[in-house]
Amino acid sequence: MTIDWSWIGDHTDDLTTLTVSHLQAALSAVFFGLLISLPLAVVAHRIRPLRGVLLGLSNVLFTIPSIAVFVLLLPVSGLTRTTTVVGLTIYTLVVLLRNTVEGLDSVPAKTKEAAKAMGTRPLRALLTVELPLALPVIMAGVRIATVMSISLVSVATYIGDGGLGQLFTDGFQRNFPTPVIAGVVLTLLLALVADALLVAVQYVLTPWTRRRA
Amino acid sequence: MYELFKDLGDWLVSGEQWTGPDGIGHRLAEHLQYSLLATLVAAAIALPVGLLIGHTGRGAFLAINLASFGRALPTVGLVVLVFLASGLSMWPVYVALVALAVPSIVTNTYAGMTAVDPEVKDAARGQGMRWHQVLFQVELPLALPLIMTGLRLALIQVVATATIAAYVSFGGLGRYVFDGLAQRDLVQVLGGAVLVALVAVVLDLGLSDLQRVLFRHRPA
Repeated sequence: MTIDWSWIGDHTDDLTTLTVSHLQAALSAVFFGLLISLPLAVVAHRIRPLRGVLLGLSNVLFTIPSIAVFVLLLPVSGLTRTTTVVGLTIYTLVVLLRNTVEGLDSVPAKTKEAAKAMGTRPLRALLTVELPLALPVIMAGVRIATVMSISLVSVATYIGDGGLGQLFTDGFQRNFPTPVIAGVVLTLLLALVADALLVAVQYVLTPWTRRRA
Repeated sequence: MYELFKDLGDWLVSGEQWTGPDGIGHRLAEHLQYSLLATLVAAAIALPVGLLIGHTGRGAFLAINLASFGRALPTVGLVVLVFLASGLSMWPVYVALVALAVPSIVTNTYAGMTAVDPEVKDAARGQGMRWHQVLFQVELPLALPLIMTGLRLALIQVVATATIAAYVSFGGLGRYVFDGLAQRDLVQVLGGAVLVALVAVVLDLGLSDLQRVLFRHRPA
């Protein structure tokens, strides 16, 4: 199992294209996941009976194997990028929903009462008090969802997409380890960099969590 | 669309589909065999590691980062890589599945151990218990619910991912998915996918019920 460095040198363009496409699929999934789970989480947080239903439903969705999700979407959206993104979005939901609800739960009741007493309207309190205070827990979910999506994109190689995952199929069919190694390393790097960036974003967004020296 | 679901229903319930070496019965047995063996091996590796990290408090950094590394590792890539290194054997399947299961078990075991009240541990030590007695008679029983959750999560992930065995020419329920994809037989692909999903969901619900019964006398 030796790495053929000249192959990597000859294919830097392909590797870049695949990496970009890979990242695009993963980030779209997290974006749509947030778009869906934020309102759902607010509903689950405010209306107790719906909480168990929504969280339970997302848990069941999570147990469905990723390859099965992609395949089950085939009759709807076919062998397209849409299938990849929808499949991945479903996976991000469980993490994002659970963490956002927990984040909202973690906001101290006194803070919410103070906002109310100051005459802050419910929507404004949600946007300017509750969500910011829930941000650390929400961001923890976003980090997990991002890393997970980046790793899962490659499963979509079975339905003809999959970004860097295509390198796995390629290497497998030609009995040639170099693209496979390149794909694994690039996926890990992407996950690492994305995670570090999210930590930085969270640091910037939540100045009040930093202790003054 | 309706036709498709009707065909899918027929595929799932027809008698000949369930018998023989390519029947659902046999494929299901293979799938469970891969999953259970991989989870057992992973538990044998991960439980001692998690218990040790939790008991000594050393290597917590490792436990936490192992989880995120495990999430980032693309299973498909790992399977192909081990396949290319080892040739046609069961190694790629088991290596990939064990690698998938180990992080969940380690982190949950560690989380369970750190959740044990330090005062309880102090009291145990104060009574003159040796370290192994504290570990096995105090910490382990208290951490058990979370450890079980880790094992359950790992098993579900492994069941879902064991589909991949068929990619490197072995059996299991993934056979239908990959054969169907190759033969452009959507009904077969969907049938395989539905079966894997069902097994995962049923196992998850069954095991969480079992957990609830086992630990019902305890506060969650």
